[in-house]
Amino acid sequence: MSQNHEHHHDHHQESFISKYIFSMDHKMIAKQYLITGMIMAVVAALISLLFRLQLGWPDQTFPWLESLLGDWGKGGRLDPNFYLALVTMHGTLMVFFVLTAGLSGTFSNLLIPFQIGARDMASPFMNMLSYWLFFLSSVIMLVSLFVESGPAAAGWTIYPPLSALPQAVPGSGLGMTLWLVSMTLFIASSLMGSLNYITTILNMRTVGMKMTRLPLTIWAFLTTSILGVLSFPVLLAAAVLLIFDRSFGTSFYLSDIFIAGEALNRQGGSPILFQHLFWFLGHPEVYIVLMPALGITSEVVATNARKPIFGYRAMIGSLLGISFLSFIVWGHHMFVTGMNPFLGNVFMILTLVIAVPSAVKTFNYLATLWKGNLKFTPAMLFAIGLVSLFISGGLTGIWLGNAALDINLHDTYFVVAHFHLVMGSASMFGMLAGVYHWYPKMFGKMMNAKLGYLHFWLTFAAVYLVFFPMHFMGLDGVPRRYYNFTGFEYMSEWMDLNRFISVSAILGSAAQLIFIWNFFYSIRKGKDAPVNPWNSNTLEWTTPVERIHGNWPGEIPHVHRWPYDYSRPGAPEDFIPQTVKDDELPEELRSPKVKPVPERADAPAETVVDKVLFSRFLNLFGLKKA
Amino acid sequence: MASTTALTGKKHIWDGGAEPYGASYGKLMMWFFLLSDAFTFSALLLAYAALRFSAPSWPVPDDVFASIPFVHGNHYPLVFVGIMTFILIASSVTMVLAVEAGHRGAKNEVVKWMIWTIVGGIAFLGCQAWEWTHLHHDGAWWGSNPFLNADGTPGMVNFTNLFFTITGFHGFHVFSGVLINVIVLFMTMNGVFDRRGTYETIEKVGLYWHFVDLVWVFVFTFFYLI
Ligand code: HEM
Ligand SMILES: [Cu+2]
Repeated sequence: MSQNHEHHHDHHQESFISKYIFSMDHKMIAKQYLITGMIMAVVAALISLLFRLQLGWPDQTFPWLESLLGDWGKGGRLDPNFYLALVTMHGTLMVFFVLTAGLSGTFSNLLIPFQIGARDMASPFMNMLSYWLFFLSSVIMLVSLFVESGPAAAGWTIYPPLSALPQAVPGSGLGMTLWLVSMTLFIASSLMGSLNYITTILNMRTVGMKMTRLPLTIWAFLTTSILGVLSFPVLLAAAVLLIFDRSFGTSFYLSDIFIAGEALNRQGGSPILFQHLFWFLGHPEVYIVLMPALGITSEVVATNARKPIFGYRAMIGSLLGISFLSFIVWGHHMFVTGMNPFLGNVFMILTLVIAVPSAVKTFNYLATLWKGNLKFTPAMLFAIGLVSLFISGGLTGIWLGNAALDINLHDTYFVVAHFHLVMGSASMFGMLAGVYHWYPKMFGKMMNAKLGYLHFWLTFAAVYLVFFPMHFMGLDGVPRRYYNFTGFEYMSEWMDLNRFISVSAILGSAAQLIFIWNFFYSIRKGKDAPVNPWNSNTLEWTTPVERIHGNWPGEIPHVHRWPYDYSRPGAPEDFIPQTVKDDELPEELRSPKVKPVPERADAPAETVVDKVLFSRFLNLFGLKKA
Repeated sequence: MASTTALTGKKHIWDGGAEPYGASYGKLMMWFFLLSDAFTFSALLLAYAALRFSAPSWPVPDDVFASIPFVHGNHYPLVFVGIMTFILIASSVTMVLAVEAGHRGAKNEVVKWMIWTIVGGIAFLGCQAWEWTHLHHDGAWWGSNPFLNADGTPGMVNFTNLFFTITGFHGFHVFSGVLINVIVLFMTMNGVFDRRGTYETIEKVGLYWHFVDLVWVFVFTFFYLI
């Protein structure tokens, strides 16, 4: 049993179960998250195709729908109740299961120990538990698709009273209960994961890995985890109260309700209360989804532009700024709830302020790309795609953040366009960029780049073709979450466009098959990966391709510089890995140190203390080298 | 740690290779968990505030919580809950003593103080059980409130809804705290921490216990005092 003991003391022969199922190795858990996330993504995408079919061809019957869905597709038409359930499940699966757990779970697990120089997570056991709670929660959510009354149907935001009254619509019955059970497990899983990520980053960095030498991926995972730890508990509280309203006859969210002409004996609650609690999570959640993608983009863009990331400290500052602000803007989802206009104004101003750190990130990406020696790998294309989507979707956020405009645009397709570009597609692009970039680290093989290009261009085109036209529908007042628009004369002009969107969605989804094929085919048949395929500076590329337990065969390497020393003039190569020692390099290439502040007495006139301090202050914002 | 020093000539706690401020990852995790849990309770208590202040009138706590076991017919507001609160705070004191004994590695003292802490926790839960039973007996439960509002109108049902939900959620925390304390007690008795060479687990459990105590102070204030 113990022949291969030479590498590392706990590198023993493992059973199948402990290696692939109940693994405590961060690399394996990352893959488990990724595969689970991909499965959920496929389910969520198929669901969206079903309701796009309904939106594109509302008058047509599809007999195969009945054989597929039974009573939900009677006569070949999608049942209206099931339509709502499908929209709900699509949103839930995509937001929470794919882009929260799938994205953050995969890359936090894979990259945190690798890039900070640790052998594993702080608590591998809790890490495993976190995955298995997520798995259980995924299974319950999927099971809810098969219960007789259908899955939850109150939208991914599960607003009461619809979600609170089991008798309201079929989807508010068992489906909603399972939704709540599943999300409770999800919250527990997310909490365990985040606690692990935070403490690992703070406590287990290798020697020399200062906080200001962390790759921006790690900073993004850190801020994401902090948001998760502070916002998901509020969703938990909201869910607890909702569960009591549903099952124990309370009226936290209910007042003056009539169902089928009959008054319910529920008084004194407020559905708006739920919205406050939900969006206190909900808004940070959209950044929980986005920030890991932004971190991945920083890393991929710098590596493939062969340039130092522009404004490293500004990037950290904007992550922190976004994190802080995202807790105090939730009211922008509630402008039409009749909130006090003064409060509306406060939320509006805060919301518009959050555009500033977002813009800082965008401009820093553009500045990093500017005059770079661009290497258009598939990962790079997806990262640039993210920047594009972040701009297109972010700009409409500023429209929506304006209360006066939002009162017209709220709950129209304009909002759907906004968040699918900036959250849905941008984060998905970040995730895909991450997969293409770190695939060699996960599987020791390269993905096929040609297929990657094909995948990128088809996806990129499809995303814009699907979501961009929705802006115009929204501006015309077409509401979201409607089963069909045939009953409304003024919307009939959008019928053709709706069909066009549906066709684009089908083609865009089909393009994902290329990716899935490439992914699984390359695991077996891909080209063997070199140790450092992208000539990258970060620590994960110093680990052996075979991905051993404990990550490094010998000592954990020490770190001597930040991760973005690309194309330094005078260096032998266009990258200087973080492990290269300063004394191996000529003076001008050494890791930059902050200049000592000269004593006033012997300082030359132009370098008085204030000046040095001021230049340091500018340096904080990435404006000037100290 | 030593290697950090060698690298920079000066010790910088955030430079990597060492735990900043010497805080172990387990303790950090506990702190972050408590922060998270604080947000859960804050959300619940804010929901309480929102519902209470949007209600036209509300029952008077002094009239609702005025009974003591075995004493009939009299009006003793705050006495019983005062006893409960005292018990819980006393159990925090014994927990501090357990942690302190742990620092010295005095196993028998740790065992003694942990037992007292557990007794305090169980006593608190017992009191809560009695109070709930008593209120239930008077017709109070989720979805029904027999107590009139201050202005004499029929009582807002959310008064009892919130009371049972939030004190129940807190009671659940106390209950899990007691369970954890029992587990840790057995670990202490079996010498697990002596073998590990550190009683830090007691400290972590202690943090949780104090937190649950602190939350009670808020629950107590909002439900019984005002
Ligand atoms: C410049 C920054 C942004 C601003 C000012 C902004 C503003 C807004 C506003 C005001 C709404 C509410 C629209 C309505 O329902 O009437 C909204 C919706 C939304 N935003 Fe943004 N947003 C910004 C960036 C983002 C980002 C970066 C994400 C995600 C990564 C995001 C995700 C969403 C989502 C998911 C919704 C819709 C939720 C729903 O109702 O289902 N937004 N945004
Ligand atoms: Cu928002």
